[in-house]
Amino acid sequence: MESPQLSSLYQQLILEHYRNPRHKAELDEKTVEVHMANPVCGDEIRLQLRIEGDVITEAKFLGQGCSISQASVSMMTTKLQGARLEEADALARRFTEMMHGDEHAAADALLGDLRSLQGVSKFPVRIKCALLGFEALQEALQDDRDEVTH
Amino acid sequence: MNRAFDPAEMRARFPALEQTVNGSELVYLDSAATSQKPREVLDVIDEYYEQHNANVHRGIHELSRRATDAYEGARSKVARWINAHEDAEVIWTSGTTEAINLVAMAWGLDNVHEGDEILISVLEHHSNIIPWQLLAARRKAKLRYIELDEEGRLALDDLDELLNDRTKIVAISHVSNSLGTINPVKRIAEAAHAAGAIVVVDGAQGAVHTSVDVQDLGVDFYAFSGHKMCGPTGIGVLWGKRELLEEMAPFQGGGEMIDIVGRDESSWAALPHKFEAGTPNIAGAVGMGAAVDFLSDVGIDAIIEHERDLMEYAFERLRSIPGMRIFGPTSLDERSAVISFNLGDAHPHDVSTILDTDGIAIRAGHHCAQLVMKHFGVAATTRASFYLYNTKDDVDRLVEGLERVQEIFG
Repeated sequence: MESPQLSSLYQQLILEHYRNPRHKAELDEKTVEVHMANPVCGDEIRLQLRIEGDVITEAKFLGQGCSISQASVSMMTTKLQGARLEEADALARRFTEMMHGDEHAAADALLGDLRSLQGVSKFPVRIKCALLGFEALQEALQDDRDEVTH
Repeated sequence: MNRAFDPAEMRARFPALEQTVNGSELVYLDSAATSQKPREVLDVIDEYYEQHNANVHRGIHELSRRATDAYEGARSKVARWINAHEDAEVIWTSGTTEAINLVAMAWGLDNVHEGDEILISVLEHHSNIIPWQLLAARRKAKLRYIELDEEGRLALDDLDELLNDRTKIVAISHVSNSLGTINPVKRIAEAAHAAGAIVVVDGAQGAVHTSVDVQDLGVDFYAFSGHKMCGPTGIGVLWGKRELLEEMAPFQGGGEMIDIVGRDESSWAALPHKFEAGTPNIAGAVGMGAAVDFLSDVGIDAIIEHERDLMEYAFERLRSIPGMRIFGPTSLDERSAVISFNLGDAHPHDVSTILDTDGIAIRAGHHCAQLVMKHFGVAATTRASFYLYNTKDDVDRLVEGLERVQEIFG
């Protein structure tokens, strides 16, 4: 049926997260919220975290967009529940490396299901879709750090 | 029509269409964003730079004379294309966007005052919204909107209530870029003039897909771009009525647009050069002139007829796909060569990526018309747009591509 590249892009796991996104709801008692949008394509998410000490006790999101952006953020929030801040930061960095074609990152068990998005790295114009949630996460982590220092 | 229209032969006149993309013959269905260019236009631009290049209206030398003749000759061609009363009413701009901004600033700042109203529509491209928002904010004027009906047509029943003696400007698109809706510009212009407003038309799509006669439309300004009608990027036109252009202050200051320069005050060049500050896009103008020659040779009626054929075929084929939702007017009499649609729960970007792997270029997104997307309650649509070089084979390839989308997202 479709090209091997296309099959690697649209893996079942991605389509499944697109149809049944995890943690897609308003988060009560959030400590940080970041809105991130791609004005070119209209993808957008609102990432909401409750951070207590150095742990993300809960992560949720709201948003709309293509299968890649929405599956990526759905998988990301799954990994974030109960994650320590440094783990969340490492996850964002590792995922970004994978999107930029780093094979070692793509083989890193740390990324879990997120590795199913590796095929996106072969579609340059779609990389930003996969990174949308992680850019929001990095901004949220920065906002949290700013909050603590002030 | 000057000769029988053969779509396959027409396609062969556009070099960019003769290529393979991702292993398949290119199918280009994104002409509403920009059109491809025929060999004739590319040759004229090359020839201009290779043989005649010089600055216009400055030198006494031979090349400057030739460049000036080519530049002004192109203006005449465009003037005839839209049936302007005279060449001097055709102002070269960088495109539709700059042309609309020119009116908003050069006419708007002096004529729109606090409490005045500017009437636009929900259907507009951002280029026909933002300049008016900026003007309204600077002059403390009110921006009002003509709403859309469920088929994406202007809801004109309450036009008379929307217009009043505070309405200074009515700015409307001739043809919608996102839905293809053809607007009854003539009727709107009559009502706007009765209320004392001027009428500015965004003709970026209208100049491409309809036979434009600015005098018959009865509007005051008509803006369009070269690159959507087989010409190069970076060149466009503002056509305006002489009496309005005369009373307007210059848009930008610089060379070319002056008459006599003094220390504190200067006087302006006559139309059209008053609005053409700086060295203009000469090659662009010459290229747009060549595009008009090309289109005149093919004939706008032949183009419209061909697009209508394609649209009938595309409508029939797309409608038969399960899960297909087509936006915009259902009657082909009310729409141009654009089909905006969504397929099941597949996001337009995913549709676009899948089609691209088949060598099919379409547009996915909000099409610079976020208010239209909001009207239909969607964040984005997939848009296939057609032009004179598209064929029924292109439609078949699109349909096959969409079947692949269904296999994946099914």
